[in-house]
Amino acid sequence: MSQVRRLAMHMGLVVALCAMLYPVAWMISSSFKPEAMIFSSPGLIPEVVTLENYRNGWFSQRDATFGLFLANSFIVCGFAIIGNLFGASLAGYAFARLKFPLKRLWFAIMLGSIMLPIHAQLVPQYLLFLKLGWVNTYLPLIVPKFLATDAFFVFLMVQFMRTLPAELEQAAEIDGATFWQRYWRIVLPLSLPALVTTAVFTFIFTYNDFLSQLIYLQELKHKTVPLGLALFLDAGGGSSSFGGLMSMSVLSIGPVLGFFLASQRFLTRGIATQGLK
Amino acid sequence: MKDQHARSRRKRHRLTPQQSESRAAYMFLMPWFIGLVLITIGPVIASLYLSFTRYNLFSAPQWVGFENYIDLLFWDQVFHDSVIATAIYVLCSVPLILIASLLVAAVLNQGLSGLAIYRSLFYIPSLIGSSVAIGFLWLQVFGDEGIFNDFLGWFGIAGKSWVSDPSTAPATLVALNVWTFGASMVIFLAGLRQIPASYYEAAKMDGASSIAIFRRITLPLLSPIIFFNLILLTIQSFQGFTQAWILSRGTGGPANSLMLYTVYLYKQAFEQLNMGAATAMAWLLLLVIALITGVLFWSARYWVFYGDDKQ
Repeated sequence: MSQVRRLAMHMGLVVALCAMLYPVAWMISSSFKPEAMIFSSPGLIPEVVTLENYRNGWFSQRDATFGLFLANSFIVCGFAIIGNLFGASLAGYAFARLKFPLKRLWFAIMLGSIMLPIHAQLVPQYLLFLKLGWVNTYLPLIVPKFLATDAFFVFLMVQFMRTLPAELEQAAEIDGATFWQRYWRIVLPLSLPALVTTAVFTFIFTYNDFLSQLIYLQELKHKTVPLGLALFLDAGGGSSSFGGLMSMSVLSIGPVLGFFLASQRFLTRGIATQGLK
Repeated sequence: MKDQHARSRRKRHRLTPQQSESRAAYMFLMPWFIGLVLITIGPVIASLYLSFTRYNLFSAPQWVGFENYIDLLFWDQVFHDSVIATAIYVLCSVPLILIASLLVAAVLNQGLSGLAIYRSLFYIPSLIGSSVAIGFLWLQVFGDEGIFNDFLGWFGIAGKSWVSDPSTAPATLVALNVWTFGASMVIFLAGLRQIPASYYEAAKMDGASSIAIFRRITLPLLSPIIFFNLILLTIQSFQGFTQAWILSRGTGGPANSLMLYTVYLYKQAFEQLNMGAATAMAWLLLLVIALITGVLFWSARYWVFYGDDKQ
């Protein structure tokens, strides 16, 4: 390929990236500008840097700080991660490494359930959790993960565990190891890349998830980051709260980007083979 | 000695290896089975029952036959608006995402330096694109004083509030979905790497143009990945909710132009407590998605190329 063509391609990509990421850069820059200057002085480099927006946004609710929303999100995400690691790896181990009757049927059902729209389950799930008295708790967001209902991650586990050599388990079998020991001591430690991928994407999906948190968490003290941000809608989006909204938006995407960058080394394989979004 | 005795006794009562493996497998699958019954399949079936009832949480469900379906399909104007809004959203987003992701992946696959950095940067929108924060950013970008209007201003074009005009609001929502094409692009990149370099070398030796190479080699060999992305994107787009909610400030407006199917379903279920209508909508959605995936799978035999091993 000629030098000129190569250069043209780089330029095209850089222009596309700038256009795509400019709004995010603008949001970050605006969050540090004094409220009055956000619209009067465009430009990405703030003339005056202030944390005033962050203070306004953090304390914008009378009865809760944004810190509470962040803490609540981390609680939900933490348990969701543990749940998915537990549920998906157990089911994944059975599908990938064990022989049992009706395996093909169950596997097909598991794959099919990936394509089920959650909306077909929404109302009866709500009724069930209402009966159990779990509405306005975190349980509806956490317990299903322990039951491997994110079939997507079960599939990811199966695909990974299938690639591990059978000899390792055969050796353990000769030594008299139980299936549980084979799962816990041999297969699970070797599945670290798949476990990391599951953890990271469970974090991102759960952290960004809006619909189920909107349904199940109605009290202010339980609200998570997406719900906390959505409270700015009720405030009418007046110009007085705009800086606060931008600063809290920046703050809220920080954990996702941080988590992703920190684990990127592990992820390349998972994304490339499974196509996670 | 005692230990040996216990072991031999256990052996006599022991299941065959195959039986004990089956039993272990079902133990490992137990959480998944419980989830299947209570959280996944069970509710889908319960939804079907509820869709034939009138139910508002406070009194017992009342059997009404097909009334919910008839009301929705023939009498409910908002339902019609939501079907149109969703059709526009899916039909515009999916092809645009496929084209953008394939194009950028093909360019990145030319052996350019900095591939890993480009890939990560293009992927960033996919990480944050479904968040409420980005929804608010979009409200600003396409708002009255937004940076999109600033950009148009350079060319002397007078802007407007794109999100609050019913004729342009759907486009802003599609733009946000297309913005997150990075996830599909990453999958395409992985697929492109599987194509042996020798194919390209042979084609070049024969003097094929780069367009011919793309059409005759890249596209057919990539068709299983295109198919995979097509299915994934279609199912995902039908289920879009958050951004339509935020861009319309929870209303589905202006003029129901952002009333995606899922937004209206949510409103039926959790604002108006019409559980019967909501579950009827859920089942219609399920049927439409099943039908469309069915058609796509059927069409695959005409355009998806699975290589020599399966022919």
